[in-house]
Amino acid sequence: MLRIFGAFATLAFLASGSAVYAASGDVELESAGNDAGNIASLQRGARNFMNYCAGCHSAKYVRYKSIAKDLGLTEEQVIENLMFNAEKTFETIESSMPMDAAARWFGQPPPDMSLMARARGTDYIFSFLKGFYLDSDSPTGVDNLHLPGTGMPHVLWELQGYQRAIFEEPGGSAGTGSDPVFSHFENVSSGVLSPEDYDAFVRDTVNFLEYISEPVRATRRVLGVWVLMYLIVFLIIATMLKNQIWKDVA
Amino acid sequence: MARVESDLGKPQNSLIRWIDERFPLLETIRSHATEYYAAKNFNVWYVFGVLSLVVLIIQLVTGIFLTMNYKPSSDEAFASVEYIMRDVDWGWLIRYMHSTGASFFFIVVYLHMFRAMLYGSYKKPRELVWIIGMMIFFVLMAEAFAGYLLPWGQMSYWGAQVIISLFGAIPFIGEALVEYIKGDYSISDITLNRFFALHVIALPLALIALVFVHIVALHHVGSNNPDGIEIKDYKGPDGVPLDGVAFHPYHTTKDLVAIIVFLLIFSSVVFFAPDMGGYFLEHANFEPANTLVTPEHIAPVWYFTPYYAILRAVPNKLWGAILMGAAVLLPLFLPWLDRSRVRSIRYRGWIYRTSLGLFVISFFALGWLGVQPAEALYVTLARVFSVVYFAFFLLMPYYTTIDKTRPVPERVVYHA
Repeated sequence: MLRIFGAFATLAFLASGSAVYAASGDVELESAGNDAGNIASLQRGARNFMNYCAGCHSAKYVRYKSIAKDLGLTEEQVIENLMFNAEKTFETIESSMPMDAAARWFGQPPPDMSLMARARGTDYIFSFLKGFYLDSDSPTGVDNLHLPGTGMPHVLWELQGYQRAIFEEPGGSAGTGSDPVFSHFENVSSGVLSPEDYDAFVRDTVNFLEYISEPVRATRRVLGVWVLMYLIVFLIIATMLKNQIWKDVA
Repeated sequence: MARVESDLGKPQNSLIRWIDERFPLLETIRSHATEYYAAKNFNVWYVFGVLSLVVLIIQLVTGIFLTMNYKPSSDEAFASVEYIMRDVDWGWLIRYMHSTGASFFFIVVYLHMFRAMLYGSYKKPRELVWIIGMMIFFVLMAEAFAGYLLPWGQMSYWGAQVIISLFGAIPFIGEALVEYIKGDYSISDITLNRFFALHVIALPLALIALVFVHIVALHHVGSNNPDGIEIKDYKGPDGVPLDGVAFHPYHTTKDLVAIIVFLLIFSSVVFFAPDMGGYFLEHANFEPANTLVTPEHIAPVWYFTPYYAILRAVPNKLWGAILMGAAVLLPLFLPWLDRSRVRSIRYRGWIYRTSLGLFVISFFALGWLGVQPAEALYVTLARVFSVVYFAFFLLMPYYTTIDKTRPVPERVVYHA
């Protein structure tokens, strides 16, 4: 759908020309509620990411070495548990999939995950990973509530199971258009995880994605406190100096 | 003895003496610092000039270090920024200081300009100080715009696309001009390279030269003050203005306090909220530029949004661009638009006070509207506030003439 942006029909590129972005804002997002300070959660998230996501999705700016350092793991632990297709810990997380083939298979290559949490937000990824529902029209058998027409299959189906999306006609006064509105999900088949455990699984994964999107976040916050304390001391001294100099001015 | 007499007032230190015989070192220090007198009643509005200088220095220094690690190529630019953020020692700090500095540059410059409007600092004899300052503002806008392309994110690319295409609205030469600016048929590696050249050498050079001239002109005419009166009119027997204090050590120690308060605020952003909720670093810019996918909602960085809202408020592309340009240029003419007999808002009447208030409201409203989608109500509001914005300047010769001013005191108002 190409919406005309105000009267600037000539600036057609201002309009949303892509289905990929079009509907992302329509459905309310669920809060991820992840805690970046929870190292155990980050470690579980790293395990989840490397086992379920990294086969297709790269995180090409993230080095195994820095994961080890930031997540309190030894390099040996990382090599044994997280590194499946790399030789050295200074390497970055690369997808095992040839990207041009992936583009043919899925319509577009699986995006790199290094900055996804900063670009789209943790709530979006959390909701997205919970938003797959059965759709017989789709080549993958599923569609996603938050990214309609996604090429991504429901990779986590074993864990979550399958669900059906119930759409309702907008009722009475609230309805402005005739498009059906999402109401809720209905469970079709259960996965090996309970809904609560699946939420926790996704939350850990999102937590890890937020960490890799800005690995320095924890460091800068700690350092920031010291910088502010230094400046406050400096401010006191500078104020005393200023008052001393200005005391003669009448 | 003649020799002793000629030694009076000369430096004791032999090195300084050696330099001073070959370069006007002490004379410069005296005329610009220890014997440069500025009014003693400067209030908080008077710190934004020195703070602009502080931000300029932050930008220059962090910019040099960023340039050491950044790659101005469409294939490598985005990755090199992430390399700076993750792999370069302290790279994240340098980059966040630079990105935060860009926004803070506009914050302090806007406040600095508003100070001039509050106290009529652009009025005679400071017209040139104001005009040079406006030129600094224009170069700063170009500098920020060129710099924003460099991370090569989605918003870098599409924001540049929108703004450069505006030149296409110019009749006859428009399309050719757009191609000339881009150096290509679309924004490409070539565009990125030339924007890099402009951002790291051409525009900073112009900026530094203009800032230098701005200060020379200011020190020639002397600083204004919140009462908008000339302190040079009342001098003591020693020739020193009675209401003035030496720039050094009085204003320098005062400025030091302001600089530290500024650094506290600046550091709070750098260390705790470098994205500033998507206003200082836009979310979409964490996705690499993709020539095939247009972001759902293109908005310039916050400091351009008032002008962007004016652009979008006009249904015709050419006129939108013209009015946007006019909105940026109009303040240049303030020294001649303002016919009031007094400088400071303290002694102006309710008409100017109300007008200035409406102007501030319209500027903020346009800034807010510039980040909203261009939907019916927002466009209507943008039109209303655009009219207010232009009316403030265009009706100024009239309303400043009829505005009732109050008598101006002879000496500055100061409470120790």
